Amino acid sequence: MQKTLKKYLPIFVLPTGVAFAISFLIPFVMGLYLSFTKFTTVTNTEWVGFSNYIRAFTADDNFVNALKFTVKFTIVSIITINVFAFILALLLTKSMKGTNLFRTVFFMPNLIGGIVLGYIWNLLINGVLAYFSVDITYDAKYGFWGLVILMNWQLIGYMMVIYIAGLQNIPNDLKEAAAIDGATNRQTLFKITIPMVMPSVTICTFLTLTNSFKLFDQNLALTAGAPAKETQMLALDIFNTFYGRTGWQGVGQAKAVIFFILVALIAFIQLRLTGRREVET
Amino acid sequence: MKKILSILLAAVIITLSFAACNRNDNGITVIRYLNFKPEIAPAYEKIADAYEKETGVRVIIDTAANNTYEQTLTAKMATAEAPTLFQINGPKGYANWKDYCADLTDSELYKHLTDKALAIKSDGKVYGIPYVVEGYGIIYNSEITDKYFTLPEKATEIDSMDEIDSFEKLKAVVEDMQKNKEKLGIDGVFASTSLKTGEDWRWQTHLANIPLYYEFKSKNTDLTSDATKTIDFTFSKNYRNIFDLYINNSTVSPKQLGTKIVEDSMAEFALGKCAMVQNGNWAWEQINGIEGNKVKSQNIKYLPIYTGVEGEEKQGLCIGTENYICVNSKADEKEQQAAKDFIYWMYSSDAGKKYVTEDLGFIAPFDTFDDSEKPDDPLAQEIIRWMEKDEITTIDWNFTIFPSQNFKEDFGSALLQYAQGTKDWNYVEKTVVDKWKSESEAAQ
Repeated sequence: MQKTLKKYLPIFVLPTGVAFAISFLIPFVMGLYLSFTKFTTVTNTEWVGFSNYIRAFTADDNFVNALKFTVKFTIVSIITINVFAFILALLLTKSMKGTNLFRTVFFMPNLIGGIVLGYIWNLLINGVLAYFSVDITYDAKYGFWGLVILMNWQLIGYMMVIYIAGLQNIPNDLKEAAAIDGATNRQTLFKITIPMVMPSVTICTFLTLTNSFKLFDQNLALTAGAPAKETQMLALDIFNTFYGRTGWQGVGQAKAVIFFILVALIAFIQLRLTGRREVET
Repeated sequence: MKKILSILLAAVIITLSFAACNRNDNGITVIRYLNFKPEIAPAYEKIADAYEKETGVRVIIDTAANNTYEQTLTAKMATAEAPTLFQINGPKGYANWKDYCADLTDSELYKHLTDKALAIKSDGKVYGIPYVVEGYGIIYNSEITDKYFTLPEKATEIDSMDEIDSFEKLKAVVEDMQKNKEKLGIDGVFASTSLKTGEDWRWQTHLANIPLYYEFKSKNTDLTSDATKTIDFTFSKNYRNIFDLYINNSTVSPKQLGTKIVEDSMAEFALGKCAMVQNGNWAWEQINGIEGNKVKSQNIKYLPIYTGVEGEEKQGLCIGTENYICVNSKADEKEQQAAKDFIYWMYSSDAGKKYVTEDLGFIAPFDTFDDSEKPDDPLAQEIIRWMEKDEITTIDWNFTIFPSQNFKEDFGSALLQYAQGTKDWNYVEKTVVDKWKSESEAAQ
């Protein structure tokens, strides 16, 4: 059996292998290659070496500014989303009426597409700011907090579901033992509940981190970078570089490669850090 | 049973994939046109059908969604279904697509171009032919302005729109109208100045054309030379004149312009909430298509954009084009010829010309069209009326040489910050001059 399987392995792997190559490997390698060229279309290229990468940083401050803004945004949203999602999950695992209804309600925003959400919140926030006769483009602060609120609203439900699953997996005998030993609620929370849901924390921080870092639709629909590109995040900056100037597609591509490396690196470090704190049951 | 079913399924999939490959291999010449204007896509479909019936050549119309032409073209050019006919927006577009533009110097259509200077040329050869002439200015609703001229409270000496031939007079009328807005039943004289990113092209491109036109003219700049790599923005004051007038006499407060889009402005105009709006003749469809439209077509008129430049009494509308048709030089020879034949047919045969004027509503810049063959929508009619006025100089579209999209966007966001009051006019001026220079240098 083993032997035959081995013999036919190439044939069985072939369909998936081809699909993987077409939809992942080839575009990825092409993308890397294009970042070293000047190109109009992917079939019309001219090798330019590292000049695209140099241009990405030296031509203007947009990329660095976008990076700073993105990092700030990511830190704030990781903290807020996870804290709120965890609190909600704690509340909704208590035995009270209508928890299923609440879980559904909180999860729903996650099902709406980013562009639509962006427009909805654009209207809402502008509706409120209209009382002060300004709008969201007036100050970068408004755009920043608008994005944070939007991101929270969208992701809390999803993260909450993951935390609920984690919380429900905690064996009751642990909590009972703690109660018998006279642990306070606080102690139970920090010494038992949180260590036991660390796998969920790992997943949730990973998801919020990558989602916040790669944010594009919501950014485009909510502020589109206004005022003066101050609320422009990395993905939007890459898009604008690609189409903003004649002959700069390669620079956009180079920024995209840097972006990929950054996301991969940060996600890797984060997984190692939070993974270390997980406990075995 | 299961085996038979799976064999059958496999057979179906295989035939389907072959069928998909073989679709175009039956001897018919197929040309593809990537259309720029989604609003007229149905009209193009009609033309393509008629052309296929007449000549047997199949024309496939692809349309890029609003504001995504460059993206769509970039994506499509690399595929086997690359467009045979596409369009570029001027010298900057040509720089990007020059590897794909076929030489059109000897094409029939070019020979009939009324003003040969309009074509995109490089080294004496023609690579892009303009196929439509458009114009913009201040569109006004004469029902509201006439009402103003009969108001007893009117504080100006001017009694009709025809008397307005300078910024000073325009300003006097607009400001007086704004004071009497309740009596005129409007929210403001000008429609909201849409300054949302991506919706600000009426200001950072079209309106900006006017001061730069005068600057290049006063300096006798050769527009094809490197002299356009830096500007002084000498007519900055004039730009500010008109821009201030727009934002301070509008339907909304200047601080709330960052979320307004072009469609908002056109809707305000169509619903009679304002009297004036700056836009081009392409906006007719938008005005006409808005539900509950209150503006009568015979009341829609054009006024040139006066900015207080000396001698502007003779100034007309801004008329030009940023739509140049190109033939894909990488397409098959036979298809290239078929594409040239198709565009020539469209702009020279009786059937084609009828579609162009009636369905597409184009003012076509070719001598194959006589005076009776002009579109009949009110804005196009007004453009033609202004073009035919004696002693009026129309303003060319010089914005086709603006250095880059980035320049326009930075200009637009500076304008927004100025409107919101967070930055002063010096900042706008500095942005324009500096960004023009840096973006010109960045272009490769």
